[in-house]
Amino acid sequence: MRIVAFVLAVLTGLIVLVGYFIPALAPVESLLLNWAIILTGMAALVGVLNLILVHGTKITQREKGTVYSAILLVCLFATLVFGIALGPDHPAMLSLVNAIIVPVEASLMALLAVTLLYASIRLLRRRANLMSILFIATALLMLAGTATLPFGEIGLLNNFLRPWIQHVLALGGARGILIGVALGTLTTGLRVLSGVDRPYGGK
Amino acid sequence: MNLVGLGLVGFSAFLLLILSLIKRKSPPKLRNIPALTRLYRAVGLSVEDGTRLLIGLGSASLLTQYGGAPLAGLRLLRHLTERTSLSDRPPIAASGEPSLALLSQDTLEAGYQGAGAGEFYQPTTGRLTGMTPFSSMAGMIPIMHDENVSATVLVGHFGVEAALLAEAAERQNAFLIGSSDALSAQAALFASAQETLIGEELFAASTYLEAGASNSTSLTVQDVLRWIIILALLIGSGLKLFGII
Repeated sequence: MRIVAFVLAVLTGLIVLVGYFIPALAPVESLLLNWAIILTGMAALVGVLNLILVHGTKITQREKGTVYSAILLVCLFATLVFGIALGPDHPAMLSLVNAIIVPVEASLMALLAVTLLYASIRLLRRRANLMSILFIATALLMLAGTATLPFGEIGLLNNFLRPWIQHVLALGGARGILIGVALGTLTTGLRVLSGVDRPYGGK
Repeated sequence: MNLVGLGLVGFSAFLLLILSLIKRKSPPKLRNIPALTRLYRAVGLSVEDGTRLLIGLGSASLLTQYGGAPLAGLRLLRHLTERTSLSDRPPIAASGEPSLALLSQDTLEAGYQGAGAGEFYQPTTGRLTGMTPFSSMAGMIPIMHDENVSATVLVGHFGVEAALLAEAAERQNAFLIGSSDALSAQAALFASAQETLIGEELFAASTYLEAGASNSTSLTVQDVLRWIIILALLIGSGLKLFGII
């Protein structure tokens, strides 16, 4: 069974890869990707069942945070029932998303601004080295160069230093890191394609 | 242009094959990455303490261009599971994408079987904590608080929201090592996490835990390709400077 899974995975991977480069194979590639999307949809159902199992176990065994698990399950089932009854495009369902999920995620984003500020202040206490000092100094320079200051712009900072850091140092460094990530992605993909790494099919 | 891309992939595959054959018997030489040394220590401590390891795999779909980082995360998950499978508290893998959650369960099971402890595998240890990056991260924070987690490893595609978990780890006095293929997350994690893996170090993490010949070969291929790109950039700049192109 594992051999079948391996052969299928390698063949599918190769067809999708070659289809990306050779247009003649594009329809087959597209078909396989559509199958993958359907499977991902099924995986979402399995994931939700897993979520119910995890939180159901927490409730039955009265573990820490049982109340939150109960709230999660009640909301999950309520959303499911309303979603099936009204349909996902119904104004009530849409307002449920817009009134709860969007504001909660926006709040988390706002919280993140405070978290990052606090983390930057704490950085020097945790790792007092040259890289940390450079990190904070650059962040402060960029903030001073971007923010509206009460006494107006600082000419050298706004017209020279900030654009130079942004377009020369930061962009060059970012490209270097992204090339490294791309090469890592390439070799990881090849390892999966050649079957050295098998994140499927058990042992 | 398409054929150039295919050629690059083919050349990389050829290098991977040749170098695997050449380096089959030679011991791998790896440069020191302090963050991974600390991870190695934290994993050992979590087994001794009877505390739990939390591994976050991010919320990228494997069908997108960000699929490489989660695959590297699954590879690391496999090694970490093998090392910690006999601990009193099994490691938990958290994902923000359904197919990744399924694969994490499969990988956890494979890790237990690889360690000869297949009967200890629990399907609830591979969890889908949310369907969006923020909800997934928010779903991981209670695990850290309630399930005796002493070390957290983030390996996958994360955004700046990873800093929220780093902050939670700091409050919990838990060790957190963070890595992502996104630049914004790398900057956020540099400021907030105890240890950060920058750039391609993310893909080297599992090699440091289990330095086999096949693992180190992929790092050598990356180095060779990086030098080729550096040379191409330098030659291109020179040609441009002298007005040839």
